[in-house]
Amino acid sequence: MTLLTVSNLTKRYRRGGKAVAAVDDVSFHIDPGETLALAGPSGSGKSTIARLVMRLIEPDAGGVEFEGDDFLALRGAALRARRARLQMVFQDPLAAFNPRATVARVLDDPLRIHGIASRTERPHRIATLLERVGLTAGLAPRAIHEISGGQRQRVAIARAIATKPSLIVLDEAVSALDVSVRGQILELLLDLQRQEQIAYLFISHDLGVVRAVAHRVILLDAGRIAESGDARAVIDAPRSAIGKALVAAAPRLHTKRDAG
Amino acid sequence: MSALSRFLRTPEAVAGAFLLAALFAMALSAPLLFPGDPQAIAGPALLPPFQAWSLPLGTDRLGRDVLAELFHGARTSLAVGLAAAAAALAVGAVIGTLAGFAGGLVDEVLMRITDAFQTVPAFLLALAFVSVVGPSLGVVVVAIALGTWTGPARVARAEVLSIRERDYVASARAVGMHPLAIAFREVLPNALPPVLALSSVIVAAAILTEAALSFLGLGDPNRVTWGGMIAEGRTVLRTAPFLSVVPGIALVLTVLGVYLAGEGIVEATAVRRGLS
Repeated sequence: MTLLTVSNLTKRYRRGGKAVAAVDDVSFHIDPGETLALAGPSGSGKSTIARLVMRLIEPDAGGVEFEGDDFLALRGAALRARRARLQMVFQDPLAAFNPRATVARVLDDPLRIHGIASRTERPHRIATLLERVGLTAGLAPRAIHEISGGQRQRVAIARAIATKPSLIVLDEAVSALDVSVRGQILELLLDLQRQEQIAYLFISHDLGVVRAVAHRVILLDAGRIAESGDARAVIDAPRSAIGKALVAAAPRLHTKRDAG
Repeated sequence: MSALSRFLRTPEAVAGAFLLAALFAMALSAPLLFPGDPQAIAGPALLPPFQAWSLPLGTDRLGRDVLAELFHGARTSLAVGLAAAAAALAVGAVIGTLAGFAGGLVDEVLMRITDAFQTVPAFLLALAFVSVVGPSLGVVVVAIALGTWTGPARVARAEVLSIRERDYVASARAVGMHPLAIAFREVLPNALPPVLALSSVIVAAAILTEAALSFLGLGDPNRVTWGGMIAEGRTVLRTAPFLSVVPGIALVLTVLGVYLAGEGIVEATAVRRGLS
């Protein structure tokens, strides 16, 4: 059974009186425990698709089926309850948290909202979550702005896995991190996927990262799917113009392959 | 440099803080220094200031102690000013947040209501409200708040419009937080600083409006008010000008103190927000 099926998704924005399609008739599916990457240049609609799948914005046309249900038909309390199964990690780990929040409060929210742990049990659960993402429990009382970018992104991942989701949308989740931290966060994500069978919708403009972590990839251009298939096959031998341009823009890939 | 030390380095802010401290001291010490009814007759009528040790600021037309009235009047001014400003800020922040966060029809309706309140001059609104409901301390507070909540509401809405597009609001939605919880737990606290920056102006305006209402005889008749004292002294302005001048000066210094200290706090904290 597929976990997420997106069919003919379309979202248009009005710019200067005429409609521009940010996402134009996009269809794909994700299986349980699979990583599907969405890659493409800026403005190709990657993040819009992420926000549509998360129901942070509403599509103009198309369908989203999640865990066998029509996700777009959910409203109010039913939608909020179902959000536990579908979480998201944002690009900028500082902007994704309330500037007044502490680490403990950030992780307390999902546990409280979805009734996962009682009030007395929550501090223990928060400590477990922090350890799960490679942080110490002593970090809990710290303010979000006091910890480093890499730690923040780990807290964001801890928040996302707190509700035991089956799918996490990673919207450029490692792009704002420096290279050494990026590798560690990717390791953590792969480790979580292996242990908990979480599927990822992995949005990135970095084909090197995509090739390393994704099973399949979809290359987007101007809101449309330009090319899709096995991640390694597509990135090693792109057929579409945009795929060739993206690979050419990332010369590191070739050196790596030649050396290996 | 901390906000406190920046505040202390601004001479205007320190002067304002001194005036406010003096006002609070007057208000708090009034029942201790002048126990009993400040409206009771304490000596001969129209005694000029500095004539009797027991009545340093003299007496009014009915022989009431002006100094006692001044101290007790500080209580009314402060209580009404702070309560009305707090009510206006709270109502304004909540309505502005709801309008900005909900958007659409809710925003439209709330902002047209705000327009309606803003079109009527605040003082006329207060005047009409007190004349209809009747003068008492609570009614005066509500009357003043009724005309002043629109400013905070507009500022809060503008701030919320920008905050609601931030990632942390999106992530609160993604976590499944209830929209009202997002509005009041995530958005409102972050929209407050510019709203609170209005508070000094609002407190100062509320104190003046209270004085104006009681000058017109619409204050609580059971309490001494500076506006009421000025109105009392007006009838004998040529023979005993001090009866109007003394509470008038008190009023000016109070409003000045509130304004200077408020501006000082805003300045001192604004720098910190700019840097972080």
